[in-house]
Amino acid sequence: MSITKDQVIHVSKLARLKFSDDELEKFSHQLDSIIKYVDKLNELNTDGVEPTAHIVPISNVFREDVVVPSMDREKILMNAKEKEDGCFKVPKIIE
Amino acid sequence: MNYEAVIGLEVHAELLTKTKIFCNCTTEFGGEPNTHVCPVCLGLPGTLPVLNKKVVEYAVKAGLALNCEISKFSKMDRKNYFYPDLPKAYQISQYDLPLCKNGYVEIETSDGVKKKIGLTRIHIEEDAGKLMHENVDGSLVDYNRTGVPLIEIVSEPDMRTPEEAYLYLTKLKSVLEYSEVSDCKMQEGSLRVDTNVSVRPVGSKEFGTKIELKNLNSFKAVQKALEYEIKRQIKLLENGETIVQETRRWNEQKGITEAMRSKEEAHDYRYFPDPDLVPIIVSDEWKEEIRKSLPEMPEHKKERFVAQYGIPEYDASVITASKPLADFFEKCVLEYSSAKTVSNWIMGEMMRLLKETGKEVEEVLIKPHQMASLLNLIDNGTITGSIAKTVFEEMFATGKNPEEIVDEKGLKQLSNEDELRKIALKVIEDNPKSVEDYKNGKDKAIGFLVGQIMKATKGKANPQLANKILLEELSK
Repeated sequence: MSITKDQVIHVSKLARLKFSDDELEKFSHQLDSIIKYVDKLNELNTDGVEPTAHIVPISNVFREDVVVPSMDREKILMNAKEKEDGCFKVPKIIE
Repeated sequence: MNYEAVIGLEVHAELLTKTKIFCNCTTEFGGEPNTHVCPVCLGLPGTLPVLNKKVVEYAVKAGLALNCEISKFSKMDRKNYFYPDLPKAYQISQYDLPLCKNGYVEIETSDGVKKKIGLTRIHIEEDAGKLMHENVDGSLVDYNRTGVPLIEIVSEPDMRTPEEAYLYLTKLKSVLEYSEVSDCKMQEGSLRVDTNVSVRPVGSKEFGTKIELKNLNSFKAVQKALEYEIKRQIKLLENGETIVQETRRWNEQKGITEAMRSKEEAHDYRYFPDPDLVPIIVSDEWKEEIRKSLPEMPEHKKERFVAQYGIPEYDASVITASKPLADFFEKCVLEYSSAKTVSNWIMGEMMRLLKETGKEVEEVLIKPHQMASLLNLIDNGTITGSIAKTVFEEMFATGKNPEEIVDEKGLKQLSNEDELRKIALKVIEDNPKSVEDYKNGKDKAIGFLVGQIMKATKGKANPQLANKILLEELSK
């Protein structure tokens, strides 16, 4: 498997990141070598091995359904860049 | 050429837990914006989501009620996308290992044909926040709904007509209500429907290009939107045009579907297992424990009502279609022995008033023991059947005891012979024509005269007694 420049452009768009042409070139090479290195794992035969869902072998960690008061709205909105009428304000979204 | 439609539905239902799926904030509907929010809801650095056990139990309960296989092993995944209704930039959902799969819902079409609609899967996930766009220079976000637990129920593309889609939704809602996992209030957004529809020539095995429909605010809207969309697609094909895969929005006022602007880079969600959450293992013991907690489902209740109370099948299916109504019926029957009388009153007066006032059964003020008292008042001759309807209306409006209403309004049945005789004589005097008709052998005239006595007493006269006195007087 090799990583193309187009794939890096696609992934950077999904992550809302903007790179220069030089960076795109550099990252595709770097990502390519990382992926090739990890590709070594494919040499192992994993027939009959369940895919790993979580690296720690524990399951069923639950919380009881009991209400605890929420945080003060003032605190919730404290780090908001913009706020209005008790809401977070974001750039206009049009559906 | 003849075409057929292929319809699949995705239903999101909010679960009736007290708290959110990954934190202890309340799930209560409404509330001032951003007052049911904590750092976990916002996904602030350092927070850790912990799964609400009730969410798993309710989802498994729904799965069992909908004939699903319950997965022994399932996990939570992150679905990544940027949209301000998600503060974390990902939604915690389930991807390849949903909690329930391979279920079905059985529907019965208007021509009496039974059909099983397959369910691909049911998975658990968190709800997103609410965006408000009224503002000119920005959108406002309220995260109260963020993290409210949802189940997403995905059907197989098994429906062929808008009617089948409507019946499927009605049945699904009834089962979810019966299992007590969701209140299914569409107006509060606790039940939401998206649908996929395509058309193809009858007999074709391949699917046509599918269109996703959104903004469906009622089951009737789903049916109407599908009817419109199927016609639109057939027309395109007949004109030799191709259908482009897209999302369209139902415009209720205009009665049409409209193309929505498509999101760029859509549907590349890069799912991966959420490292903050550990796998869910549902053992056979746990599953059976949940199965035991499952209340009786509509079909069984209907059959039992027929067998146990001896009411007609029609009555049983009308009453059991709504769980609250069925519960009300059963509580009444505990206090009053004639089940058929109770079912007549529920299907007649009660359903009429529910429809007229737009009230939900849960909001009805009449208590089952009051209903029984009302029926006893008729049986022991205190009030007439027609007066009982007036009393019932008053009970429905105020929740007062029937005895109290009868006393206050002086509605007791008039069974005093002397008083009734006086009124009967007056009626005979005022209606010589009918008296003559009766004497000439027209038996029907007696009914008219009894009616006049009822009118004079505002419905309070004991009809049997009035009849008897009239006959005595007329034969003199």
